[in-house]
Amino acid sequence: MNDTIKRPLLRVEHLKKYFHTNKGTLHAVDDVSFSIHKGETLGVVGESGCGKSTLGRTILRLHEPTDGKIFFEDQEVTGLDAHAMKALRRDMQIIFQDPFASLNPRMTVSETIGESLLIQKLFTRKQGVELRKRVTELMDFVGLSAKLVNSYPHELDGGRRQRIGIARVLALDPKFVVCDEPVSALDVSIQAQILNLMQDLQDELGLTYLFITHDLSVVKHLSNNIVVMYLGQMVEMAPSLVLFEKPLHPYTQALLSAIPVPDPDYAVDRVLLQGELTSPINPQPGCRFAKRCPYASEACTKHDIPLKEVAPGHFVACTLV
Amino acid sequence: MKLPVVKKQRTLATETWRRFKKNKLALTGMIVLSSLVLIALSTIVIDLATDNAVYNNYVIKQNLRMRLQGPSKDHIFGLDEFGRDIFMRMIWAVRYSLFMGTIAIALSTIAGGLLGAIAGYYGKVTDNAIMRFMDVLLAIPSMLLATAIVAALGTSLTNVLIAIAISYVPTFARTVRASVLTIKDQEFIEAARAMGASDSRIIFKYILPNSMAPLIVQATLGVAGAILSIAGLSFLGLGIQPPTPEWGSMLSSARAYIREGWHITVIPGLGIMITILALNVMGDGLRDALDPRLKN
Repeated sequence: MNDTIKRPLLRVEHLKKYFHTNKGTLHAVDDVSFSIHKGETLGVVGESGCGKSTLGRTILRLHEPTDGKIFFEDQEVTGLDAHAMKALRRDMQIIFQDPFASLNPRMTVSETIGESLLIQKLFTRKQGVELRKRVTELMDFVGLSAKLVNSYPHELDGGRRQRIGIARVLALDPKFVVCDEPVSALDVSIQAQILNLMQDLQDELGLTYLFITHDLSVVKHLSNNIVVMYLGQMVEMAPSLVLFEKPLHPYTQALLSAIPVPDPDYAVDRVLLQGELTSPINPQPGCRFAKRCPYASEACTKHDIPLKEVAPGHFVACTLV
Repeated sequence: MKLPVVKKQRTLATETWRRFKKNKLALTGMIVLSSLVLIALSTIVIDLATDNAVYNNYVIKQNLRMRLQGPSKDHIFGLDEFGRDIFMRMIWAVRYSLFMGTIAIALSTIAGGLLGAIAGYYGKVTDNAIMRFMDVLLAIPSMLLATAIVAALGTSLTNVLIAIAISYVPTFARTVRASVLTIKDQEFIEAARAMGASDSRIIFKYILPNSMAPLIVQATLGVAGAILSIAGLSFLGLGIQPPTPEWGSMLSSARAYIREGWHITVIPGLGIMITILALNVMGDGLRDALDPRLKN
């Protein structure tokens, strides 16, 4: 047990991803560092456009990182050539947000699930029967009826489509999965089903998740640790329970107070944010939240605020702490 | 493990056919085209079997005394300005119009499709290099370009084919590039990349099948256009040389006699029209049948 704690499965160090646009350089992910241990879940929360999806995709090198390092099982991912990267993709996978867009409309369910097996050459084209057997097993595993093997994605509802997305990832037996808002596009009742499925899979297969979401209530129970991002930067990272009980960054506090409480008599004491979102293009030094922060002082805008460890495992980037 | 009983997997072809045959209009178009293909094939067989005897005695045999005679029992489509039987000439001409149009478009679909897919998928410098060259080709009217190519390479069937194929490449490259651009940023492409799929696999298994619909419509329209281009080149004396029958050249040479004999312009014109109409309705039907999102 101690061994796994010493050596995280995934380690990200000072990861940066900038996009060059006509208006300037967009800092989508700016100096993000964290690590995830085997079998754990790291939740990444933040509002739309804060770079959380880019972060997930950059870790898988679907975007090339501008700077920084990614280590997977002590192997540096950033420098791998195409061949080694393809081999590594068996271990690192991604589940997408939109189950409507993430499936090829011209492939049947079995083709989609079998595709990852064929690409990674776990099966050859000649092993049709074995391949089909494996696909049926996987479908059974994620709760898809075997009747659907020859259906096309457009014939299925969102929940079933997302199960296909999960099955094709499981086909490769990965160790680490980036979940990019896997339930945001689904109905609430189906959200719970898919979340339960993902949790069961984690327990059963020992998967490690990077769980990206804008919905705090979703990550609360799922995550061991949570990273809060604002405009490409990490503003707070803490164990899940600590973050919910004692949020230190003003932005985290505002996020938490925005969670709806299902009780009409409950007097909500919301932190309402004022001001505009700062542009992530050519950002000024200093705290990017300063313009909207009720506690902002001059010290906040002078220079970048480094992350400070206020308690073991609890990091905050704020001048107040 | 016992495999469950499921509905039989239909391949793309059988699935497309199942949906295609529900469209009666498209089916009619296909029947017309298949009969034309049959006619073309049987004339080739007859030529080979009779050592061109039928061709020499009926198709190009002149009978100036009976020139411009209207339709009758002996000659159901009448005779042309040299007294040749228009029915026989129409039938012998099918192979040139149809096959050459089809082959030319098949060539430019493959070339243009690949160029467009590469340009759209790789973007940046590759895209610019390919598409600016296509723009140059597109800037020259296709008819003029084909004329120039034939003039430079010399008059022959192959050169006419090459000329028409080249002049249609930019249209296909543009069509495919446009649909590749909309498709390549979709998440299922990213999913394939995350699985480690190679660029060629992504292009051939993900992007091209999803951009087939506009390409097929473009290709059927293209065949129609190519048939007209062949006719145009023949009219200018750069295409099929007389006395070989070809609908376009028949039409253009009949132009001078439109007052004396209506049938010699109307009949080749109708032939072209029916072929093109059949191609268009079939293309429409194919487009609908190829899209799995349109149900039934």
